[in-house]
Amino acid sequence: MELAFYLSGLVAVLATLGVVTGTNAVHALLYLIVSLIAVAIVFFALGAPFAGALEIIVYAGAIMVLFVFVVMILNLGQGAAEQERIWLKAQTWVGPSILAAVLLGVLVITLWRGNTGLVIEGETLTAKAVGATLFGPWIIVVELAAMLLLAALVTASHVGRLPSATSGEHSGGDQ
Amino acid sequence: MNGIPMEHGLILAAILFAIGLAGLMFRRNMVFVLMSLEIMLNSAGLAFIVAGTAWEQPEGQAMFLLVITLAAAEASVGLALLIQLYQRFRTLDTDAVSGMRG
Amino acid sequence: MGVSMSYLPLTFLLPLLGTFILALSRGHMSERGSVWVGVSSVGLAALVTAFITIQFMSGDQSAQTLTLWTWISVGNFTPTIGLALDGLSITMLGIITGVGFLIHLFAAWYMRGEEGITRFFAYMNLFVFSMVLLVLGDNLMLLFLGWEGVGICSYLLIGYYYRDSANGAAAFKAFLITRIGDVFLAIGLFLIFAELGTLNIAAILEQAPAHWATGDSLVRWAALMFLGGALGKSAQLPLHTWLADAMAGPTPVSALIHAATMVTAGVYLIARMHGIFDLAPDVLHLVGVIGAATLLMAGFAALAQTDIKRILAYSTMSQIGYMFLALGVGAYDSAIFHLMTHAFFKALLFLSAGAVIVSCHHEQDMRKLGGLWRRLPLAYMGFIVGGAALSALPLVTAGFYSKDDILWQSLAADQKGLLLAGLVGALLTSLYTVRLIIGTFHGEMKSDHARNAEPGRGLQHGLPLILLAVLSTFIGAMIHPPLSGVLPASPGESTEAGHTALELIAAGTAIAGIALAAWLFLRKREALARLVSGGPGASLWTLWNQAWGFDLLFDRLLVRPFRILVFILRRDIIDALFGLVASITKGLNAGLTRTQTGRVRTYATSMVLGATVVLIFLAFGQ
Repeated sequence: MELAFYLSGLVAVLATLGVVTGTNAVHALLYLIVSLIAVAIVFFALGAPFAGALEIIVYAGAIMVLFVFVVMILNLGQGAAEQERIWLKAQTWVGPSILAAVLLGVLVITLWRGNTGLVIEGETLTAKAVGATLFGPWIIVVELAAMLLLAALVTASHVGRLPSATSGEHSGGDQ
Repeated sequence: MNGIPMEHGLILAAILFAIGLAGLMFRRNMVFVLMSLEIMLNSAGLAFIVAGTAWEQPEGQAMFLLVITLAAAEASVGLALLIQLYQRFRTLDTDAVSGMRG
Repeated sequence: MGVSMSYLPLTFLLPLLGTFILALSRGHMSERGSVWVGVSSVGLAALVTAFITIQFMSGDQSAQTLTLWTWISVGNFTPTIGLALDGLSITMLGIITGVGFLIHLFAAWYMRGEEGITRFFAYMNLFVFSMVLLVLGDNLMLLFLGWEGVGICSYLLIGYYYRDSANGAAAFKAFLITRIGDVFLAIGLFLIFAELGTLNIAAILEQAPAHWATGDSLVRWAALMFLGGALGKSAQLPLHTWLADAMAGPTPVSALIHAATMVTAGVYLIARMHGIFDLAPDVLHLVGVIGAATLLMAGFAALAQTDIKRILAYSTMSQIGYMFLALGVGAYDSAIFHLMTHAFFKALLFLSAGAVIVSCHHEQDMRKLGGLWRRLPLAYMGFIVGGAALSALPLVTAGFYSKDDILWQSLAADQKGLLLAGLVGALLTSLYTVRLIIGTFHGEMKSDHARNAEPGRGLQHGLPLILLAVLSTFIGAMIHPPLSGVLPASPGESTEAGHTALELIAAGTAIAGIALAAWLFLRKREALARLVSGGPGASLWTLWNQAWGFDLLFDRLLVRPFRILVFILRRDIIDALFGLVASITKGLNAGLTRTQTGRVRTYATSMVLGATVVLIFLAFGQ
């Protein structure tokens, strides 16, 4: 179990690095899927199989497929990767990376100093327990999530319209 | 070995978060920006799971479910914006839409 | 309270509704839709008015009030939104909605194809709303609201063609000069409230005789203040200079606001507050003197104008001068009667002028028109009927009956000077009217605009002209405003001896004026042209053309010194101190603007930087 955790953790970090440094969008997406599956294995290792399954189905499945679809629709062509390489010069990424590293350092030091001594035994928390929580005391949160999804649906269908359908909106007005 | 210390799980989450954050800051292509955001959201979910399993409470997983919901909503709206950006400017460069200085 | 009273608020709510619909459509409304809303709201108000009038006339014609709600309540100052219906307000209401409707209808023809027609009708409806409030308000506060409302509508409509800055200046001038009058009126209101503790008109008229002796200095001041307000609104000396420039607005606006209704608000105010003026006889006399002076001044000025709308504007001043003259001799009902007939024939004249102007592609200089009578028969008919009424052609015109009444009342009040001024004014009226008609419709066509004139067509064009023409004849004079219970009786009875003699003199003056003018302008044209081309004739012409130089006088006396003062004050040392504050703010603003790049990455980075610093402080702070 511990081995699975550390190994898949390492895979997740490496794959994620591949995502942010990649130049080809499809490759980066594949890296991202690998990273997500690795995190799902971490979940299994930690004893949260429900979350791990969701991670694979919803994240690596649905959301990533959405990304792939969009990248395919845009059909970026050969020049895109070249463009990425031009944008990814050292002076662009060094500064932000140092900033992120500093933030990471602060977080790690804080975690280290606030040693809780808690150890994850890998006891399985079943979907039943999660469901009882969600549809018991958390029911209002589920409702809110439903509303959020509806709002996202409406927003996406509004924002995602083609420009030709919106051109009528900019005419009119007195003088 | 006998179990995983909670700090290790949280540090993994922090590393993923930092990588996503760095990506968000230095990528200009909006596809990569959105992917970095997904990474950051995912790392937040990981942190929830770690804490939830450490205390052996199901709330961590419930919260992860909400994070996934948020990620789905964010991805759909973000991708719609991305399509608009590409339709109007023929580019995915987020700096191209700085004309309003908003 | 009769049934009709409950419909009374509709007379101003309908135009207000029209304004709202037009204003809120934000220009998305089609021209057709705007015209429909704009005209029908006033048309419905006119229908309601007709219904109320029938009810009122069939009843006992006593004054009725309808209090809608209390407007403000501060201590004992509690003006209400209350309406009063009596013979005077119903007469005014009929003029505003009836003539107003005809003018709106004509405007639908006049304004077709113009830019911003929605805006035009929104302002026009707002004007009708304000004007109806002005005449219906049962207290001076509500009257003042309407008074200011018509002022702002006048401003907006004079400056309607805002792309020409001269129009904006004209609107500004009208607004500023009427504002002087409005300030006087406001002071009058304060004075009345301080003395009587109420602004309710009925209560004021009831309490004033008990509170003040005749000729008391305070009541004289109050009357003077009201007079000041009336002078500004009604364009009388010395606050008259705005009206001629107000002709910059579209012609229907000139017809409705600057001839038929708003400019007569001053007459209405004085007639409404007659109890105050009766207590101050010398101020009342001053009203008459100002009226007489204005009617002479404007009559001469009208003789020397070349723009047909300016001629009509000066003639409006002159006719309102007649009304003031009538007020001055205590003949309030004669003044209101003349107000009514004047509304008919002056609206007719303005609308006919509008027909000419549109047909001749917005050419309104008389020197470039001429010979139009064959091409524009309907407008010609309007000018003939309206001009006859204006110059009070005996027996057949409405103007004759009302003007004759005024002259007779001044004789009966033993005001020989005012009577003489009125008679001279009548002669002048005939002269400039005939000059206007001959210059516009006879002789040869003096420009291509005139040669290519296209007559107006359609109901919207024809119906208002024909109806107003009918009302300008003796038929209009048969409408007798039911004023007997509202205003005190006039000094003279029409059956007295001497009336017939005066009637003959007045008729003779009018006919003599017309004949003289016809002779002068048809036969002696060259002699006239020689007369004004040099010598004292030319300078007199210039003087009259500039309306006795009041604009120049005000410019030298008030505007220039004010500008010099402003110039001095602008270089103020203390001002520089405040300027420093402003420039520091501007510098900071410029600095902050630079960070606003519009790049999402930069924003994200700065957010992260901030978050990191905060986290470091939290982690290592203690």
